[in-house]
Amino acid sequence: MRLAAPVKASPAKTEQIILFRVSGQLFAVSSASVQEVRSADSMSGAAIEISVPGLRKVRHVVRRGDRSLFIVNGAMHFGLHAAEGALLFVLRKTRTALLIDGIEKMTTMTRLQALPLSFCHEERQWYRGLTALDQTVVPVVKPEGFLSPDELALLDAALLQTDNFAAAALEGADSA
Amino acid sequence: MTVSAELELQAFVLLRLGERRFAVSANQIAELVAPSRVFRFPHRTPKLEGLILRRGRIVPVCDVSEALLGKRLTSRRFYLIALRNYGTQREWIAMPVTGECELINAEMMAAVESDAPHVAGWLSHDGEVIEVLNLDTLTPGPEQAPAEPGARQSAEARP
Repeated sequence: MRLAAPVKASPAKTEQIILFRVSGQLFAVSSASVQEVRSADSMSGAAIEISVPGLRKVRHVVRRGDRSLFIVNGAMHFGLHAAEGALLFVLRKTRTALLIDGIEKMTTMTRLQALPLSFCHEERQWYRGLTALDQTVVPVVKPEGFLSPDELALLDAALLQTDNFAAAALEGADSA
Repeated sequence: MTVSAELELQAFVLLRLGERRFAVSANQIAELVAPSRVFRFPHRTPKLEGLILRRGRIVPVCDVSEALLGKRLTSRRFYLIALRNYGTQREWIAMPVTGECELINAEMMAAVESDAPHVAGWLSHDGEVIEVLNLDTLTPGPEQAPAEPGARQSAEARP
């Protein structure tokens, strides 16, 4: 007689996350979404100023080969009190480098709850959902939610304009 | 009382906001809970204060006092946990209320066109005429959101 194989309890799926702060507020991001963590100072030398009216959260861009990374001030993005920002998260599969105050810790979440449907404005683009950790609720950010396609188009146009000005200035200097 | 009259009675929960009383259909009410910690995080939806944790669920706190009284409540004693419909989906919401709630049976008169959208009907109780609330129009939801792509994200159960 054959006995039925014992049913194994499937282990709960988990996801590694980084808890970070922006203007004192706690957020989480999937660690798989973070390509690099850099100090803001280390990027400042390579950063070019950029200005787009109505898009104050992006003031700088960093060139990496043929790619441009837009530095998004996390505090301005979330409408929090302006903070200097000490660290940058270069977010994978995006053109965003997110300026944050600091990292709290790395941990694991076992459950991501959808954002309740009562939340019905821009925050639905900002967050993947919410997770409860140590009796605290933490919003889990969506890496692609920091810059919308429209905002990226505006930034690209401003960048092109900046490049054209620089090229024209260089040409003027050469001919003089 | 005749049988037909009895059948028209429905159960309602009476809640107090400041000096006024309102009613909500009892089949929409889950429970009345003591104040607990409200978790806040950045968002842009008006009338949403934050979230409370209840039985492992994350429940948004919707303050309806400003819409109903014209001012925010300064004192609150409980959260009334109710079910709110979002199309075919239903989710819990927590409404801060001032006093204890009461379960009554009453006959509801349907709202008329001139009533505010948040009025589902009217009932008479203890010599008072009380508004029966329509939570689906009173509290925020996707139908009140600005039209934007992806604003109505489907429920996610990851990872």
